[in-house]
Amino acid sequence: MTPFTSLAGRVAPLMLANVDTDVIIRIERLTSGDQAQLGQWAFESLRYDEAGLEKPEFPLNQPGWRGAPILVAGANFGCGSSREGAVTAIAGLGVRCVIAESFGDIFYANCLQNGLLPIRLDPADIARVAAVAEAHGEVSVDLERQTLALPDGQTLSFSIAAIRKEGLLKGLDDIGLSFSEMDAIRAWQAEDRGARPWIWDLPPGLTAVAEPSNLETRR
Amino acid sequence: MAPESLAPRTLIDKIWDRHTIRDLGDGWALLHIDRHLLHDLSGPPALAEVARRGMALANPELTFATPDHAVSSAPGRTAETYPLGGRLFKALKSQADQQGVRFFDLGRKGQGIVHVMAPELGLALPGTTLICGDSHTCTNGGVGALAFGVGTSESSQALATQTLRLARPRTMQITLNGRLGLGVTAKDIALHLLSVLGTTAGVGHAVEYDGPVVRSLPVEARLTLCNLSVELGARSGIIAPDDTTFEYLRGRPYAPQGEAFDAAVADWRTLVSDPGAAFDKAFEIDVSVIAPTITWGTSPDQGIVVTGRVPDPAEIEDDEVRASAEAALAYMGLSPGQPLAGEPVDWVFIGSCANSRLSDLRDAASVARGRSVPEGVIAWVVPGSRDVAEAAKAEGLDKIFIAAGFEWREPGCSMCVAANGEQAPPGARIVSTSNRNFVGRQGPGARTHLASPAMAAAAAVSGRITDVRTLAR
Repeated sequence: MTPFTSLAGRVAPLMLANVDTDVIIRIERLTSGDQAQLGQWAFESLRYDEAGLEKPEFPLNQPGWRGAPILVAGANFGCGSSREGAVTAIAGLGVRCVIAESFGDIFYANCLQNGLLPIRLDPADIARVAAVAEAHGEVSVDLERQTLALPDGQTLSFSIAAIRKEGLLKGLDDIGLSFSEMDAIRAWQAEDRGARPWIWDLPPGLTAVAEPSNLETRR
Repeated sequence: MAPESLAPRTLIDKIWDRHTIRDLGDGWALLHIDRHLLHDLSGPPALAEVARRGMALANPELTFATPDHAVSSAPGRTAETYPLGGRLFKALKSQADQQGVRFFDLGRKGQGIVHVMAPELGLALPGTTLICGDSHTCTNGGVGALAFGVGTSESSQALATQTLRLARPRTMQITLNGRLGLGVTAKDIALHLLSVLGTTAGVGHAVEYDGPVVRSLPVEARLTLCNLSVELGARSGIIAPDDTTFEYLRGRPYAPQGEAFDAAVADWRTLVSDPGAAFDKAFEIDVSVIAPTITWGTSPDQGIVVTGRVPDPAEIEDDEVRASAEAALAYMGLSPGQPLAGEPVDWVFIGSCANSRLSDLRDAASVARGRSVPEGVIAWVVPGSRDVAEAAKAEGLDKIFIAAGFEWREPGCSMCVAANGEQAPPGARIVSTSNRNFVGRQGPGARTHLASPAMAAAAAVSGRITDVRTLAR
């Protein structure tokens, strides 16, 4: 994962509440071919008309906001489906930071898994950032300091879990971190087998399971 | 194991504490994942990522896969009926086979929508932590599992390490009192809760549903209630297991059997919130006020009683709420303040992880029996799993639906999420037993009204949004 330390750039406004992940990326874009091209389909129904032409009123289609690395959005951004393609699509637009009053829980977690920084601010601070966006201004995000600097010199603070901040700063994802604890995980499992055998000793059930072909790489 | 705390704890905290392998500080934990469900959309990329890193699954025996999202539901379907779905099916099946993951294939027992097959197979058990790359994983809370949706990256982590690094959720208690009226189901309760609490009340929270009304619900209804927890903004919803739960689980294929079952039940009886346990938020709802409910707008919280009128934006003071209502009414092709009952419908979809179980089909069939879907209305019944379909056929429900002019289709997610191309055309008005009425969800320009199976059947046989109570025999 690419580390995230700081980011300075233009902010594009998408001040609609409850933008759900179906709006962020349609399901058929996730089933058909090229996942590397998802950015093209981000916010499709808001961005293109029925003929497939860009809608001029959509902020990200406008010259001042096209390609902006920072998005300020309405409350409950990314609610709904867990599709991680929603994050991929937004990142495909060049966005590396989304600022909103609130996010869908799964979307928020998915952002952090992909090096995209989600920032929660209270409504008053959201209004300040939105005003900067409307004026085509730039902001400066500093993850280490947990600050957002506005063009007029104001600095806003944001919260982020220490564990997630560290992961972003170092570009570490959870698989490596957790895999380094496999011994402790296996020890916990061994004890659990005694306490809750029904979790481990499954009846034959319905299907025979083939032995995995990669036992030697399993810890 | 994490030491047991002496202070009274909620059920959610008990399960969390028990599964904490290591406290990571700041409320974060390295949490064990007991059960991992994979489906055809999110399963293949998660499995591929593990393989790409040269890693193996930590516990393939705790991982279960079935195709549901991208397979066709057409009668006689195969994996190839929807070709894009066929690619995903092959990827899931081949990787599952290679990794020693149980795969519940099309045409075989156990195949179905993940959150329908998991409880009915006894894969979801009380006190388990259960994840899936699908936001409605919370459904499994209906049997007392702490179950939540994850993205593909988190799914990969759990495949490789059987753990996730997560923050303990805040807790929300919803206590249901009173008595359910005629025609009022778990779906109506869920839609009512959404209309009262909104879609952000549960953000950052896990919900526990309790109260005498919950205790009176059969397990399938509890699954429906927990299903819509994510629409409240909560990642998980749970109902403490009780004798109703234990009787439901007894004898299921992957539940413990015989003496092992009795031993498990003894443990499961401890899975209740302690008296005096503190929740971060608590609500009490009197269900006696609830009537058959249907959504009018483009968010699941925009529900009203079926006998009511949609909002008139002119009467809404808050600018943002008014603009949102205006946009929703425009999209849905409804006039301010109009009644919903009597509005003609084009499609009816009875299916989805919210409502596609045997009791749902029975409810819908009792409305459909002896009646006819009018010309020009398309009505689909998509059973939630092969087991549901077989049980329904054994009772003759399929014949009731077919005689009434419904299409009886094959198990899968189908039109709820339209990942298999099964969409309604632009402008079509659909009454759907699913859980999301978002703009474009069931097809670009498709207009979704969420309701219970009986309400959907009532709409199907009337050709209009209908108060199901007027059809009572």
